[in-house]
Amino acid sequence: MTALVLPGADDTAPERTGRLRRELRAVHALVHRDLLRLACQRVPTALMLLHPVLYLFILGGGLAALIPTASLGVGYRTYLFPGMLMMTVQTPAIMVGIRLITDRQSGYLRELLMAPVGRTTLLLGGCAGGTLVATVQGAVLLALAGTVGLPYDPVLLAMLLGGMALASFALTALSLALAVGLRSPETFHTLLGLVMMPLLFLSGGFFPLTSLPGWAQALAAANPLAYGVDVLRRSIALRVPDGAAAGSVEWAGRQPPLLLEAGLLLALGILALLWAARRFGRPE
Amino acid sequence: MKLHARDHEPARTAAAAPRTGPDDAGLAISTRGLVKSYRGPDGTTTDAVRGLDLDVRRGETFAFLGPNGAGKSTTIAMLCALARPTSGRATVAGADVLAEPERVRRRVGLLFQHSALDPDLTAEQNLRVHARLYGLRRAEVRRRTAEVLDLADLSDRRRSLVRTLSGGMRRRLEIARQLLHSPGVLFLDEPTTGLDPHARARVWEHLHTLRDRHGSTLFVTTHYLDEAEHCDRLAIIDRGRLVAQGTPRGVRAEIGDDRVVLRTGDDAEARRVLGPLVPPDRSVAVDTDGLWLRLPDGSAWIPRLCAALEVHGIAVHSASATPPTLDDVFFHHTGRSLAGPERTGGGR
Repeated sequence: MTALVLPGADDTAPERTGRLRRELRAVHALVHRDLLRLACQRVPTALMLLHPVLYLFILGGGLAALIPTASLGVGYRTYLFPGMLMMTVQTPAIMVGIRLITDRQSGYLRELLMAPVGRTTLLLGGCAGGTLVATVQGAVLLALAGTVGLPYDPVLLAMLLGGMALASFALTALSLALAVGLRSPETFHTLLGLVMMPLLFLSGGFFPLTSLPGWAQALAAANPLAYGVDVLRRSIALRVPDGAAAGSVEWAGRQPPLLLEAGLLLALGILALLWAARRFGRPE
Repeated sequence: MKLHARDHEPARTAAAAPRTGPDDAGLAISTRGLVKSYRGPDGTTTDAVRGLDLDVRRGETFAFLGPNGAGKSTTIAMLCALARPTSGRATVAGADVLAEPERVRRRVGLLFQHSALDPDLTAEQNLRVHARLYGLRRAEVRRRTAEVLDLADLSDRRRSLVRTLSGGMRRRLEIARQLLHSPGVLFLDEPTTGLDPHARARVWEHLHTLRDRHGSTLFVTTHYLDEAEHCDRLAIIDRGRLVAQGTPRGVRAEIGDDRVVLRTGDDAEARRVLGPLVPPDRSVAVDTDGLWLRLPDGSAWIPRLCAALEVHGIAVHSASATPPTLDDVFFHHTGRSLAGPERTGGGR
């Protein structure tokens, strides 16, 4: 057996590796950790997935009869589907922030900080892991597309998956940016409880934003979830005949282009991540 | 000519020492004038560490002893390049903590006082994530994980979730995790705190194996005196300053005196008899336990003391000489006891 602790440590194997490769391996380590956790926490994951499904079938089932298709452009369950996908990716994305705080409390974060990689790398790893896990969970619920009358069109599914990945990234980055400055999970939970309800109801996932009063529409135009829902909804409209639904985000009465909305989500995620990295990078 | 050469020799060695001079080759850790000050919210500065000169040789187990708040953890944080020294310099495993912090972190392992594993993952998964985090190749990750699990005697529990392991097993797993990237120096901050005596013994057995079989350099902080006794060398820190450094035997010999206790038929009379016999600066005290003396090489004194008492017809019931403990050393240098209120004056 080789010496476990090298007496000289002159050229340990990791040192021969290039810097970028080391940082990438660290990102991989954190993504790997997230996937392992996902794999071994089957019950919580299943429950997490059940939540949006209940919304889809109970809320959707109940309201489908009341809301005429004419007012939305599509059946209510079809209308609800993008919002439900957004709810699905939102929970695991937010968990990333909660885990940053619990990792800090348990001391695991200190172990991570001890690793010979940049702090930004650790944050990137957390963000990549969260985005992947959220997207995977969203992909599982894509299987329900048929039950709301959507075709299993590969291009549509790929577009929805891409939209969910984008929204997951933005939400994970926002969640990290929020968690970086907080010390207690309680504060984070309280803050989320306060913020999530309006974000969700102003996302256009449950009812058309155009039916809201003007001030609420203005708020919705600043809601990242609304852009996430919109990207998904308009992907459906692009691929499904008669799939166009009413009432999405409007800027001064006009719909921003789909690509601009996607770009906004991406930019928001990058900005949040940069901001988080700046605060996280400060030595203690 | 010869004289000339000798003149130059020490100067050259001294100049080369900070980098990779011959003096450096045998040292795993070397610090000079290491200081860490924290600026408080009210603008005042607190000195946590005030000028440490430490030398730790390769392959030795070095104990860093001191009461809580003495600056042990701050020192470790600086040596592991987690905190920047306010002044002074330190070389750890051949890398400078100020100039090459990431290289230092690659070459050291650090077991935190309150270490953390991911309780939802298995022992093996925890190790693999960590190995990857330190940039090991996939093949190395597998090989090293198996090796350190074997070393920690946890191979049969490798698929157990960490939450199901006992405290002692977790500690061994945490130590194993720090060995994955083959660090040149392993720092252990209070490795046995919170463990029961049996688990403590297992951890130390494990650490001694590392030293004896693999030549590891271990830097261990502790406030357990008996643990420091097992180490090759030690340093005692108090209020940010070193008060003693050397082998356990060496630092004890520094204060020199053994504690001699005699129980006689008439302690008061015995004290009168022995008073002139011992060196004038040595005290003789009497309490309910008997007669107390502080003497260098105490066991050699016992026959002489007994003989003198016999001449005066005083019966000696028992005699003992105890070498100074590390607590005595600490008390000698600081006027306080390391063990705190547990130490009882008469009993020890």
